[in-house]
Amino acid sequence: MFGYYLDLALRSLRRNKVLTTLMVMALALGIGATITTLTVLRLLSGDPLPQKSAQLFYPQVDPYPADQPFSRSGKRLPFAMSYVDVMNLLHARKAKRQVAVALSQVKVTPDAQAGKPFYADGVMATADFFPMFDVPFRYGAGWTAAEDDGRAQVAVIAGYLNDRLFGGANSVGRMIHIEGHDFRIIGVLKHWAPQPRFYALHLGGHNYGKGEGVYLPLLAARADGIAPSMMMSYAPGSSLQHLETSPAIWLGMWVELPDASAVSAYRLFLANYARQQVALGRFQKSRTAMPSLMEWLRSEHVVPDDARLQAGLAFGFLLICVVNTVGLLLAKCLRRAREIGVRRVLGASRGAIFAQFMVEAAIVGLAGGVLGLVFAVLGLWGIRHQPAQYASLAHLDFPMFLFTFVVALAASLVAGLLPAWRACAVAPAPQLKAS
Amino acid sequence: MQIRPILASLRKHRIPATLIVLEIALACAVLCNAVFMIGQRLADIHWPNAIDEQGISVVTVNGTDAKLAASDIPRDLAALRGIAGVTAVAAATSMPLDQNPALSSFTTTPDGNTTVNTSVYFIGSGGEQALGLRLLEGRFFNADEYADSGFKDFASTGHVMLITQSDARRLWPGQSALGKTLYTNEQAWTVVGVVADVLAQDPKMSGPGGRYSSAFFPLRPDGAMGDYVLRSAPQDRVRVLREALQVLGRLESDGVVQGATYAGMRDAYFADTRSMAWMLLLVCMVMLAVTAFGIVGLTSFWVGQRRRQIGIRRAVGATRGHILQYFQTENFLLGTAGVALGMVLAFGINLYLMQRYEMARMPWYYLPVSAVALWVLGQLAVLGPALRASNVPPVVATRSV
Repeated sequence: MFGYYLDLALRSLRRNKVLTTLMVMALALGIGATITTLTVLRLLSGDPLPQKSAQLFYPQVDPYPADQPFSRSGKRLPFAMSYVDVMNLLHARKAKRQVAVALSQVKVTPDAQAGKPFYADGVMATADFFPMFDVPFRYGAGWTAAEDDGRAQVAVIAGYLNDRLFGGANSVGRMIHIEGHDFRIIGVLKHWAPQPRFYALHLGGHNYGKGEGVYLPLLAARADGIAPSMMMSYAPGSSLQHLETSPAIWLGMWVELPDASAVSAYRLFLANYARQQVALGRFQKSRTAMPSLMEWLRSEHVVPDDARLQAGLAFGFLLICVVNTVGLLLAKCLRRAREIGVRRVLGASRGAIFAQFMVEAAIVGLAGGVLGLVFAVLGLWGIRHQPAQYASLAHLDFPMFLFTFVVALAASLVAGLLPAWRACAVAPAPQLKAS
Repeated sequence: MQIRPILASLRKHRIPATLIVLEIALACAVLCNAVFMIGQRLADIHWPNAIDEQGISVVTVNGTDAKLAASDIPRDLAALRGIAGVTAVAAATSMPLDQNPALSSFTTTPDGNTTVNTSVYFIGSGGEQALGLRLLEGRFFNADEYADSGFKDFASTGHVMLITQSDARRLWPGQSALGKTLYTNEQAWTVVGVVADVLAQDPKMSGPGGRYSSAFFPLRPDGAMGDYVLRSAPQDRVRVLREALQVLGRLESDGVVQGATYAGMRDAYFADTRSMAWMLLLVCMVMLAVTAFGIVGLTSFWVGQRRRQIGIRRAVGATRGHILQYFQTENFLLGTAGVALGMVLAFGINLYLMQRYEMARMPWYYLPVSAVALWVLGQLAVLGPALRASNVPPVVATRSV
């Protein structure tokens, strides 16, 4: 039966090429726009560390004075911490792993022959950074907590920087000249660039991108006077030279908590810490928060509004295209009232007529899906050539490829419902009488 | 033209009529909001900025030894002044739209509060001329003030500042700002001049309140100054920039030297805004085309279905013009219903966007404009089928179809 419907549907589609083309085009444009924007949205709102994100948490405390809160509403907690608080929490060692992170733009000076100095995105962090975030190494490894405390002048560099400076060779043990100081390379990363760059939110720089070039131990880098990219003071007397004692926030802190009991224990610890600081007179408010990684990304609205607006617009557009397809399918099927009458009289049931028209709609949908895929690939190609920082990530992956056809079929079947229902409601007798 | 028979006929063909109305309504709703977004983005791109945008080039030098700045900066400035076509040159800490915001909040009392973050610019001697600041009230800095002002803990150690007109109005409404004092973190400066509005370092981040909130402080040569601002005639700027890059590349061999014309910096800042506007425009056009095709498709089917009716009308004396008019009126009625529904939808979407994305309220005139656009679109779309209908010969009436 299905083969027969297919044959009928193809005949019918061939009979009216202009109308068919219009339907397929409309559907394809709607699908192309939707898939393009959804692909971008999915890339931007994805989980940057799927295997680990549920165990990572971002503690927040509030050192701001009560009469000059961090946010206008007074509700949001500061997005970073002061050095004193980070070190207090770090040294308490109440989590399985804990890390302090700051970003920095660092000047890298290659050997005299290798070219001019340039700036690289840098991370200043403590030792747990690498095991905590599952950072993959090509050569060597990260530094240890002992090297942290010993202010060891060591560095981990990204694969792309290793390619640029050492032609991709194993550079472990060689020196790299950063901000006027020599650091010994102890590790080279494989490609590592979580999207969004969750650990760097609000610490300066972009939320998406190719990942950092240089990773330095926080204390050693600070001892060399390397400054963070972001710094906000919450009281008078901040200075870049004495950041460690300044009333300024410039560090992010992450903790790894493997299970629910560890999470609640840490929440309690953090709350106690804040109360203790209030008692000491360092804080005026004892509010704390500890969002999980994905909660943190959501609460900070990492996904650009433009991407959401585009997706919303594309859905509106798809809706218009579907309504349009309904209209055109309806036009086609009502024009064939006579054919339907004949088939009904010859014994076709209403269900059979309905099925026939749904098959026709599905074919339009599939054709729309294939063409829509072409439009989506074109659209993504267009996005990759846009100036947005996430642009280069816009590629169609296999799930979105499948999803295209799901959307196309769903859209066309929804569009086919009304026409098919109208068709099977055609009374056979008047149609035959007219001829 | 009689409207009642049209309405009667529309009642008989409820589904196609409803579909056309729905299509127009959806198109109207999405179109209004999309056009409004385009308008807002174009307005963003054209935010005025009271510096000499066309004549300025900026060369950034990073990674040099801050301790040598006091001697290096005057040497560099002298060399840059030697470039043919350079009319003014100065060192500065940052530029409007350079996306590297140094923000401070200023208040009119020592213990006051404010929610506006002001972009802070420290300029070296001659900075006003190099930037092309426009003085509205008071005076620029004098040589003593430049020589006495340093940079400590992100604030000026001097005693004077320039503010923008917007800030002067915001901070002291109805009064002159000259001679008044502004405070931050228990430090105080006297306002000696008011300049025309200069954009913030990252106005998209600063929000409407901070867009034109800028403060200027004098600064003697200091390591915090990474920008050299060169002013020339617009036609010279590319050559001036090229030569400045060469000069500084030679003098500051340790540093990382980069440069751009200010026009280029502005383009770069608004690049993604511009591309979003283009994308919206593209979607609008395709959407209009799809809607038009939908109307054409449905109407032509409809005309086909009513050949007999048309034939009868022609046989009893209707002219071609009458038939043409009939379909056009019909489309106009459908279009009106669609636009009416679409306006309600458009406002609904706008309200949602206002809550969700802090979008502004859509001005009322978007609605009549988009209504007219969709009417015109509908009339154009119906023209073909209607002409075909008007060509139906009366004899069709006498044939059984």
